Amino acid sequence: MSEDQGYDLTRFKATYFEECAELLATAEETIARLQDGSGTEEDLHAVFRCVHSIKGGAGAFAFDDLVHFAHIFETAMDALRSGRAELTSHVADLLVRGNDVLGDFVRAAQEGVVLPPDHGNDVLNQLGAIINGEAPAEAPKAAVAPLSAAPAEPPTAPAFRTFRIRLVPAPSMLRTGNDPLLMIRELEALGQLAIEPERSRLPQLTEMDPQDSYLSWTFTLETERDRAAIDEVFEFVAGDLAEITIEEVGAVAPADPETARSADAVEGDGWGLFEPLPAAGQPPAAQTATAQAGAAQTTRPAAAPAAGGMVHTASIRVDLDKIDRLVNMVGELVITQAMLGQQTTGFSVESHPELIQGLQELSHHTRELQESVMAIRAQPVKALFSKAPRLVRDLSSKLGKQARLVMSGENTEVDKTVIEQLSDPMTHLIRNSLDHGIETPEERIAMGKTPEGTIHLGAEHRSGRIIIEIADDGRGIDRRRVLEKAIEKGLVDRGQALTDEQIDMLIFAPGFSTAAEVSDVSGRGVGMDVVRKNIQDVGGRVVVHNSPGVGCRIILSLPLTLAVMDGMLVAVGQQRYVLPLTNIVESLRPTAQQARSLVNVGDVLTLRGEYIRLLPLHRIFGVGNAITDPTRGLVVVVETDGGDRIGLLVDELLGQQQVVIKSLDANFRPVEGISAATILGDGRVALILDVAALRHLGESLGKDSAAARIAAE
Amino acid sequence: MQTFQSTDHSATSGSGDVRQFISFTIGTEEYGVDIMAIREIKGWTATTELPNTPDYMRGVINLRGAIIPIFDLRARFSEGLTETTARHVIIVVAVRQKVLGILVDAVADIITVSTADIQPVPDIEQKADAALLAGLVTVDGRMVALLDLDRLFDGDTHLDLTGHAA
Repeated sequence: MSEDQGYDLTRFKATYFEECAELLATAEETIARLQDGSGTEEDLHAVFRCVHSIKGGAGAFAFDDLVHFAHIFETAMDALRSGRAELTSHVADLLVRGNDVLGDFVRAAQEGVVLPPDHGNDVLNQLGAIINGEAPAEAPKAAVAPLSAAPAEPPTAPAFRTFRIRLVPAPSMLRTGNDPLLMIRELEALGQLAIEPERSRLPQLTEMDPQDSYLSWTFTLETERDRAAIDEVFEFVAGDLAEITIEEVGAVAPADPETARSADAVEGDGWGLFEPLPAAGQPPAAQTATAQAGAAQTTRPAAAPAAGGMVHTASIRVDLDKIDRLVNMVGELVITQAMLGQQTTGFSVESHPELIQGLQELSHHTRELQESVMAIRAQPVKALFSKAPRLVRDLSSKLGKQARLVMSGENTEVDKTVIEQLSDPMTHLIRNSLDHGIETPEERIAMGKTPEGTIHLGAEHRSGRIIIEIADDGRGIDRRRVLEKAIEKGLVDRGQALTDEQIDMLIFAPGFSTAAEVSDVSGRGVGMDVVRKNIQDVGGRVVVHNSPGVGCRIILSLPLTLAVMDGMLVAVGQQRYVLPLTNIVESLRPTAQQARSLVNVGDVLTLRGEYIRLLPLHRIFGVGNAITDPTRGLVVVVETDGGDRIGLLVDELLGQQQVVIKSLDANFRPVEGISAATILGDGRVALILDVAALRHLGESLGKDSAAARIAAE
Repeated sequence: MQTFQSTDHSATSGSGDVRQFISFTIGTEEYGVDIMAIREIKGWTATTELPNTPDYMRGVINLRGAIIPIFDLRARFSEGLTETTARHVIIVVAVRQKVLGILVDAVADIITVSTADIQPVPDIEQKADAALLAGLVTVDGRMVALLDLDRLFDGDTHLDLTGHAA
C-alpha cells in the first residue's frame, strides 16, 4: 500500500469507472426489459438511478461532457418515471442508444480522450424532446433549450385511476393452461399493484387436488391505463374459467402517485453503494422526504434515508488478487490436511483419541472453508447473460429476422474465471443461432412456425458442473449440407460412415463453415472450433442436440471452478500423474490380441471393433522402470479434442481425488503434455496431463518408434 | 541487481559500493549468489521430474504451495548430474518475477565484497560458460565465481524478455 502523502484521485477514479461499468450494464439490462414490454415502473426508477449515480461521480471528477449528457438523460428518465412522458417502443429504443452514448462518454473520460463536440447530439435532441421543455429547476447552463426537435412524445397528464379487481378462478382454470401468475404479472406491468390473496377455499392437504385452483385474489391496481387494458389481461379466462369483477374506486390525487412510487429522488448520490429502496414498505419518513423533494429531483438529496439504505449494503468490493491469495491458502490447507490424514492413518483411535477426533474435525472444517472460499469467487451467470438481449436485438434487426430471447437460471453461480472464459463462446453461439438457425419470418411462416423465432439461454447446476444451454427453434443443422461441406473441405473421406451425432459435431471442426458467403455476423469459419477449444481449455465439453427443421440445442458443460479438479492418479514407474476425470472414458487391461504393434502406425488397441492409438506414457515422458507390456499394465482410454480417443498405457490406477491446480509456468515455463501441477497429500508434486497435447506428442513418437523398429529389422 | 550499503567493513578494504554474496560449493569450486536474490536455503528434497526438459532441470518441488523448478548447477556447468543426498542444499532465489531453486553441494560462507574488487571473467574460462558468470572475486585467497542469475536459466524460465541486467 502507498503510505505516501496526499490524496490520490486516480484510485477513486478507478473505483468510479468500475462502478460506471456496472451501472451501465444494469441500465442496459433494465432498458431491455422496458423495451420488450416486461419492464415495470420500478425499472424506470432503476435506470434513472444508474444514470444519476454516473452523473454524480462525473461531477466530482469534473468530467463535464459526461455530466452534461448524463444530466439530460437523467432528466428525460425523470420525465418518464413521473409520467410526464410516455414510454413507447420508440422511446425505449432511444434509451438504448442513450445508454450507449453515455457509455461512450464514460469511456472517453476513462481514457482521457475528448469526443467530438457533437457526439450523441441526435440522441440528446430526442431526449430533449422527451423532457419537452419541462426543464427542472436546477437545469444546468448546458440548457435544454436548444434541444427543440419536434416533440415526438407529447406529454400525457398523469391520470391515475385505481381499480379493484377480484379474481376467483374456477377449479379447472389451471388445467386449461391458464396460470394466474402470468395474469398477475401482466397486471403488475400496468401499474402499481397491491395483491391480497384469499385462502378460504383452501382444503386440507389430504383432500387437495394439485391441479385445482383454490386461491382467489383481490387486486388494487393504480394505473394510467383504462379498464379495457385490464379486461385484456383476463381475456382468456373471463366467464367460464374464472369469475372476475373489476370496479373503479376512483382517481388518485396527483401528488399521491409520486409518493407511492418510492423515494427515488432521494436515492441520489449513494454512489451505487445503496441498493434501491424497495418501493413498498419504506419508512414513512422517506416518503415524506420524497413528497417534499417532489418530482424535480435534487442533486444533493436528503440524507435521511441513507440509514435505511445502509441495511442493504450487503456487499463490499474486494480486489481479486486478495481472493486469489485466499483461494491459494485454502488450497494449501487442503493439502496439509490431506498430508496429516495420511501420516496418521496408522494411529488407532484408542491410543490417540483426541488427535484422531481433531483431525476429523479439521478435515470437516477445511472442506467447509474451501467451499465458502470458492463461493466468494462464484458469480451469477447473469453477468454473462446480460449481453445477450442486446446481441439478439441488434443482430435480428440486422439480419431481418425476428427473434425472442428467453433466459432461465440467470442466478446460477459459477467461478468468475469460468464466466470470463465463457463470454466469447456464448456470444458466438448466439450469433450462430440467429444467423444459421433462426429462419426469416417468411420461411418460418411457410414452415408453419410463428414468424418470431425463440432463442433460449439457460443455466443450471448438474452434478457438480454448470450446464449452459443455447437452444433455438430454427431450422437446425442440415446434416446433408454439413457432410457435403466436410467432404469438400477434406475433413471427412467420402464414403466414410458417420452417425448423425458425428455429423453434427463436424460444425466444430477447424476450418468448417457452411455459410455460403462470409458475413460479418458469423461464418468466418474460425468460430465454432474456437468455441469448442475455449470450452475445452477450461475443462468443459460441448454437446449438440440437433433436430433438423425443429431446432438445435447446444449444451456446454463446465466445471464450477478452475482452481480444483477431479482427477485420477495414475502411476508410471516412480512417477505419478493426474488425468483429468473429464477426459477419461474407461480403463482396461488389454489382452495380447487387443494390443498390437503395427509398422508405420505404432501401437494400436482394438476395442469393440474400433482401433485406438496406444500411447505408452513411459515412452512419451521417458520414465524408467515402468511396465512396457500393455497386457501387464493398464490402458486408460481418454477422449481428446474432436472426440478422438487414445489409450494411455500406465502401470496402475492409484485412485480418484480432488486436486488443487497449480500453474507450472508461474515459476518455470509450460511443458508439453503437461497442463499444470498439483500437490499430493504427501507434499510431493504430481503433474496433470494435457491429453490433447499428449496425442500430439504421441504422433511424432509413433512415427519415430515405427521408423526405429524398421531400421532395427 | 540492487546495491547494498553495508556497515560491515571487516572483509573489505577501500571504499565504494559493497555487496554481499552467499557462497556455496560444487565439488571444489566456489560460487556466489547476491544475497538480495536469496529467499531461503533448504535441504534437498526429492523432485518431481518434468518430461522432455534438459538434464540439469531436476524437476519441480512444492515450496509451501508454490511449484518451483530446481536446477542442478553442476549439470548446468556440464559436469554431470549431482548425486543427491540429504546433505545437499537447495538455494531458493528470486529472479525477476520467478522463484527457483539451485541445487548445490553445500553452503560455504557469506562474503562481503566491494564492487570495485569484482573482476570481469576472463575470456578463456575453461570449464563453465563464461556468460553465466557476473564476475570473479578473491576472498581470503579463494576464488569465488559470482553467478549471473538473470542469464543462468534464461531459456528455461522465459526470463529473457528484457535483456540481461548487470
